[in-house]
Amino acid sequence: MSGLELRAFAHSRTGDKGDTSNISVIAYRVEDYPRLCEWLTAERVADYFAPLLDPAAGPVRRYAIPGVRALNFVLPGILRGGVTRSLALDAHGKSLGSALLDMQWERD
Amino acid sequence: MKTLRIGSGAGYSGDRIEPAVELAAKGELDYLVFECLAERTIALAQQARLSDPEAGYDPLLRERMERVLPFVAGAGRRLRIITNMGAANPLAAAREVRRIAAELGLHGLRIAAVTGDDVLEVLRAEPSRLLDNGLRVEQLGDRLVSANAYLGAEGIIQALAADADVVITGRVADPSLFLAPQCFEFGWAADDWPRLGRGTLIGHLLECAGQITGGYFSDPGVKEVPDLAHLGFPLAEVDAGGRATITKVVGSGGRVDAATCTEQLLYEVHDPAAYLTPDVTADFQGVSFVEEGVNRVGVQGASGRQRPETLKVSVGYLDGWIGEGQMSYGGPGALARARLAREIVLQRLEIIGVKTEEVRAELIGVDALYGEALSARGQGEPWEVRLRVAARCVERADALRVGNEVETLYTNGPSGGGGASKSVRQVVAVASLLLPRENLTATVHLEERS
Repeated sequence: MSGLELRAFAHSRTGDKGDTSNISVIAYRVEDYPRLCEWLTAERVADYFAPLLDPAAGPVRRYAIPGVRALNFVLPGILRGGVTRSLALDAHGKSLGSALLDMQWERD
Repeated sequence: MKTLRIGSGAGYSGDRIEPAVELAAKGELDYLVFECLAERTIALAQQARLSDPEAGYDPLLRERMERVLPFVAGAGRRLRIITNMGAANPLAAAREVRRIAAELGLHGLRIAAVTGDDVLEVLRAEPSRLLDNGLRVEQLGDRLVSANAYLGAEGIIQALAADADVVITGRVADPSLFLAPQCFEFGWAADDWPRLGRGTLIGHLLECAGQITGGYFSDPGVKEVPDLAHLGFPLAEVDAGGRATITKVVGSGGRVDAATCTEQLLYEVHDPAAYLTPDVTADFQGVSFVEEGVNRVGVQGASGRQRPETLKVSVGYLDGWIGEGQMSYGGPGALARARLAREIVLQRLEIIGVKTEEVRAELIGVDALYGEALSARGQGEPWEVRLRVAARCVERADALRVGNEVETLYTNGPSGGGGASKSVRQVVAVASLLLPRENLTATVHLEERS
C-alpha cells in the first residue's frame, strides 16, 4: 500500500546548533498525533536520513511534546562540521525538514 | 496587575529595520530588544576590532539607533532598549550610541555597556582546556581569534537598576536579553526557577523576531501567511507570574497562532525538558498555546530547575580558506553536461595539484541539498542545473584555484556553460567548551548622560 505525504498531516521547522540539527514535526490535527507518535519513530527518521548521517556522532533522538502535538528529532553530526566550516550549500541544514515531510505515511 | 510589554526588533544582525520602528512607534512597549549575534558573528567582529580598536560592534547599530532612539527619548510611556549589538566591543558601541543621541539632539539618555563575556585571556592562561571538537586550546596557537562566554541576565538587570535607557552587551544568551527586564520589573529572585523558566520561554519565543509572526512559515497551498512583505515583529505582554500573550502590532503583515508558536517553540531546541541557559534549566515539556483572539496567543506550562554550574564558551579560530566556483547548464541534456563538468573539475584539481582538506561537488537543482541518494526521490530531468564545487584548503592560493578551474569550463568544458562565478573566503570556525561560573563576572559601564 502506498502512503500519503507526511506534509498533508504535519508541518516542520529545522534548527541547528554546532553540527547537530533538530527537526520538529507538528501534527495539524489532535486526532493524528497518537498515531504519528506510534509511526514516526527515531529509527524511521534515522533510516530516512541514513545517507546524510554520521554514525560515529551518535543515534537520532526523539522527544515528544504532547501539549503542542509535536515531536522533536535531534540528529547529531548531520551538519558535518556545522555552519562555520561546512562546505554544504545549506550549511545550516535548514532544508532538512522539508525533505522529511516527503515521507510516505502508511496509515491503516 | 502590572503588564510588561516587550518587543523583538531583530532576529539576526542583518534583519529588516522598519518592523522594529513599527514596534517602537505603535507597540506601546516598555522594552525593545534586538538580538543580533549569531554563533560566528562575534569572532568576525573580534577580527574587525584587531585592525581598528573602535570597531567590532554590529554594522547596523547606527542605522537601528538613529531610527528608534527618538522613541526612547520621546515623551509618554518609557521605552528602553536592550541589545547584544555590542558584539566584540560593547564599550565602543555605547560611545557610538551616545554620539548618535547627541547628533539627533536627544538629551538625558543613559547608555550602559555590559562586559565580562570576553574570556580570551582566561583561556590563554589555561590553554590545556579541551574543546568539543577534540582539540585543545593550545593546539590552536595563533589561529585563536575569540573566546566569549554566554552571560546571563544578571549584568543587564544591574544596568536597568542603574536607570539605563539603552543597554548594550556582547555575548549574552539570547533568551537572557528578554528575561532581564522581566526579572528587573517584577523583582524575580535569581533562584525563582519556575518563573525564570517561564521568562526564558518568552525570550526563546521572541528572539528570532519574525519567525513567530509568520516568517519562515509559509508553504503555499498548505500554510498561508498574509502580507509577508510587511511582516510585523512580535511582542509579548507578560505578567508578574510569567504568564504571557504573544502578539504583534495591529495592521502589520504575518500571523500569530498556535502553529507559528509551536514551530518556534522547538526551533534550535534539543531536549525540551532541559533547555540550558546561564540563568536556569528551563523546562518546555508541558508547554501549550491558547488562541485568545486574532493574532493573539497565550503561552502556558513552562517551568524551570536549578541553573547549570558551568557556562558555555564559544571559541572562534581561523581554519583555512574555502574556495568555490559555480557554472550553469540548461536545455536538453543539461544534467549530463553538468555531470561531465563536475568530473572534469575534480580531475583538474588533482592534475594541477590543488591541496585540499575536503572537496564537495554538487549540482544545484539536483542533489546539492540532500546528496545523491535522498535526492533520487525527485522526479524528472531538470531544464537547468548549476554545478557548484567547493573546497576547504589550508592555503588561500589553493582555494583561489578551485573557482578558477570551474571558470575555465567556459572554453575548456562541455558545451553551453554559462554564468560562472567564483569566490574565496577565510574560514572562522567555532567550537565550544564549558567554564565554571567563578571564572566570570559581568561588569556594567555607564556613559555620562547624553
